[in-house]
Parts: sequence; C-alpha cells; structure tokens
Amino acid sequence: MKSTLAKVKWFSIFTGPALIAFLCVMVIPFFYGIYMTFTDWDALADTYQYVGLRNYALVFSDRAFHRQFLVTFRYVISSTILVNIFAFILAWLLTSGIRAQSFLRAGFFTPNLIGGIVLGYIWRFLFANVFTLVGKSLGIEALSTSFLSHPERAVSALIIVTVWQYAGYLMVIYIAGIVSIPKEIEEAASIDGASGLRKLFLITIPLMLPAFVICIFISLSRGFIAYDLNLSLTNGAPYGSTQLAAMYVYQQAFLARRYGLGQAEAMVLFLVVAVATVTQVQLTKRYEVEA
Amino acid sequence: MKSKNWIKYLFAYLMLIITLVPFYLMINNSFKTTQLFVKNPFSLPRTFNITNYTTAFQRMRYSRAISNSAIITCISVSLLILTSSMTAYFLVRHNWRINRWLFAALVASMLVPFQAIMIPLVSIYGSLDLLNNKWTLIFMYLGFGQPFAVFVFHGFIKSIPLELEEAALIDGANKLQVFFQVIFPLLRPVIMTVMILDVLWIWNDYLLPSLILLSPAERTLPLSTYSFFNEYSVDYAPLMAGIVMTILPVLVVYVMAQRQIIEGIVKGAIK
Repeated sequence: MKSTLAKVKWFSIFTGPALIAFLCVMVIPFFYGIYMTFTDWDALADTYQYVGLRNYALVFSDRAFHRQFLVTFRYVISSTILVNIFAFILAWLLTSGIRAQSFLRAGFFTPNLIGGIVLGYIWRFLFANVFTLVGKSLGIEALSTSFLSHPERAVSALIIVTVWQYAGYLMVIYIAGIVSIPKEIEEAASIDGASGLRKLFLITIPLMLPAFVICIFISLSRGFIAYDLNLSLTNGAPYGSTQLAAMYVYQQAFLARRYGLGQAEAMVLFLVVAVATVTQVQLTKRYEVEA
Repeated sequence: MKSKNWIKYLFAYLMLIITLVPFYLMINNSFKTTQLFVKNPFSLPRTFNITNYTTAFQRMRYSRAISNSAIITCISVSLLILTSSMTAYFLVRHNWRINRWLFAALVASMLVPFQAIMIPLVSIYGSLDLLNNKWTLIFMYLGFGQPFAVFVFHGFIKSIPLELEEAALIDGANKLQVFFQVIFPLLRPVIMTVMILDVLWIWNDYLLPSLILLSPAERTLPLSTYSFFNEYSVDYAPLMAGIVMTILPVLVVYVMAQRQIIEGIVKGAIK
C-alpha cells in the first residue's frame, strides 16, 4: 500500500507539470475537436446541434476546398523535391574539401533564424519592387510584372521562398549524414576505381538514407502546415489562388466563423499529413542499408 | 582538377550571394527615403538617415514588443526544459505500463499539425476567459513543446549508465536529489539543443500568439511586425527599418554562437 502511494507521489512530482500541460493543450483540445466536427457550431450562438457527418460531406463537396488542396499539394511536392535537391548539392559541395566551409555553412543557414512573417515581407518587397525593376531595365518580359499578381506564378513565389529558406536547414542535416560515412568505405571504393559520381550514387547516397528520411519528413510536414509565409507573402492573393490548407482552415473558422466545418477540414488535413509522412518514412526506411 | 575546383567555388559563392542578398537590400534601404528606395533599391544610401528607425521604433511599440517576446520566450523555454527533462528521466527509469503509454502518446502527438488543435483550443480557452494573457500563452508553449523535448531527452538519458545513480542512492539521496545532482548536470549538451530549437520556435512564432494575445499592449515582435506592415503598407523605408530591428537580436546571438547553434540543430534532427 505504501509503495503504491510512493509510486503515485513520484510519478506526479516528475511528470505532473508536463502531463497537465500536455493534456490541457494537446490531448483534450484534440478530442474535443473531433467532437466539434459533428456539430454545426458557428462560434457565436450558444446552442448547436448534432449534424452527424454533414460537415465531412460538405468538405468533400466544397469546390474551394478542392482547389485549395490542389494548390497545397503542388506547393508541398514542388518545394519538397527542390529543397532536398538544393540542400543535398550544397552539403556535397561543402564536404568536398572546399575552403571556408564553416563560413559558408553559417551563411546558408541564416534565413532559418527568421520567422515566416518577416521573411514573407522581405520577399514581397523583392518580388514587387526589385525583380520588376531588374526585369524592366534588362528587358526581361517574365520579370517585369510582379510574380505576386499572377495566380500561377504567385504559387511559384511561395515555393521559391520556401526553397531559399529551408535549403540551408536541410543542408546542415545532410552534411551530418555525409560526415558520418566511414572514410574507409570511400577509400576502398576509390581504390577499386570508382569515379566521383559513381561513388556518390553507389556509396554516399545509400549510406546516408537516414538523413534523407529525416529531411523529406521535415519538408513534407512543414509544407502541409505552412501559414506564416503564406500570410505575409501573398495572403492568398490574387483571388484566393494561393491560399494553402492552413490558411483556408483559419479563414473558415475565424473569419467565416464556421467552427464545425473548419475543424472537419483541419481533421482532413491532419489525416493527409499523417498518411503522407508515415508512408514516406516507411518507404524510405525500406531502402536503408547498414554501413 | 583545377578547373573543377574553380566551378565549385563559383557555384558555392553564387548560392551564398542569392541567400544573403535579400538581407543586404533590406539593411541598405532601411537608411534611405521611400522615394530613393523605389527608384533604385540597389543604390547605396547617400546619408545614414536614421529617421526610419525612430519611426519604426515608435509605431511598432518596439520596446514593449521586444520585452513581451523576451519574457514569454525565457519563461516558456526554462519551464519547458525543466519539466520535460524530469518527465523523460522518469519515463526512462521506470518501465511502468502508464509510462509506456504516456511516451507513446507523446510520440504520436508529434504527427498532429497545430491547425488540427487550433480551433478547439481557442474555443475552450476563450470560453474560460483565459485569452489575452501572457501566462496562458506560456502554458500552451509548455504543452506544445513537451513531445519533442521529452523525445530528445529520453533518447539521451537512455544512454546514461545506471551505476552513476546507484552511488548517490546508497548515500541516501531521494529521486529528486539524484535527478538534480547526478543527471541534470550531464544533460547540458541536450539542454543546449532543446533550448536553441525552442527559442527559435517561440521567438518567431506568429499563429499561436496571434490567436491568444489580442490587445496591442501584449503583442510580441512578430505580431507587431505584422500590424505595422498592415497599417503602413505604402511607406516602405520605415518598414525595412522595422524588419532590421526585428531580426537584429537573433542575428547578434547567431554571430556569437553560430557553431553551437548549428550543432544543436543537427543533434535535434538526428535524434
């Protein structure tokens, strides 16, 4: 009896504060959120009704939701592919015996110290003022009107800024992956006559698959929840064509005041993120080899 | 071989210029008038005009915003490190069923995007009349920060040999004393990792504080930058000065501790 009491005592001392915060901030709101999706709550009225699965039916028949999800997919897939290519090239370059390696590394990492809101504003000024000026003075048609005023190109603008920011972040992880490969393996390959590119594809990349798993996971999950950059760079404009999933949920809930519907969309977003990231990790893990 | 190296350097420095040029343009134009700025953003300022800075300082309520940000970040991160390391230690050292469940729940919750929690969060804390309060925000960071921090500490504490604690236990120390005298000092490298990642997260966070802190006096730096841009969207030059002032504190710390920051981030990602 005494030992049970002691157990409870130590459990509450050590995990109590963390557990309470975790329960109140994540667990309870998460399950309460699931409950909300079955109601027609609009945030203003005191009463609400059960509507069963109607919100989910609305989500799947909502044209704007479909469009916004396609834009989000385009953004997430393009930025994930591009950012990982750039990050890997930079990491490879920096570990190839280049001078001033740590200076370059620090430089490439710099954009990641700054929040999406501020980065979005810096780039808004670049797209609207600097690029157009360069385009006009050099006579480049594509640059002379702002990227941000064109629906397709405004999505590209979001992708460009995301790649520009995260390339330096993922590069740091790829560098750690490359450095962790034992030197002997590479030397053995060189003695066997493998060239630079062959070594890259047959030795370096297969041996650092864990780094790829992490980096793709990070870029996928961050892409799906991107909000700050979206808000400050395009704010959905022109005509809502650049609204990503997170911003759409925000608008449904807090501007259109449809809590139930907004939460149902958030749950769909959650399922997509969970399925995408878990599948990705399972798929890439399968190819992992031991050094 | 020589020519190949030449291409490498050219590419690396070209990429570096692309990475850093936005910052150069921002600082450069923060000293100019808006007319000069619009005419040619690349030209150097003729005089070091600091009126943009004084304007931005007043309109952003800079001193208020930076102290709000500093208070919220410091308190949240300190409490987060303390509570998550204690939890992780307890979960590692006691293989009870409830502990295994708790750890599994923490790991699973890392898959849940903030947007899936945001609406119920606002509606629950709004109905309890707890919005517009620093302490509510700090409590929320304490909750949202737990999963990752516990996960990182858990991985590290597993590798600490049990013998180190046994000596202290024989001397009659209780669990708390063992934790603070033996374990906590050993955690220093991981504490650095968690601290760096969580400081960057909380300092730069926009969405959560925008939902909780509603009155202008409570605004953090990202919130005041946002409202400054919305209210004065045509007057570019002071906006640039405002951005420089927002970024400056982080940049100063980065220049001083660049190596530790990058290494901390690598450790956090590999775990």
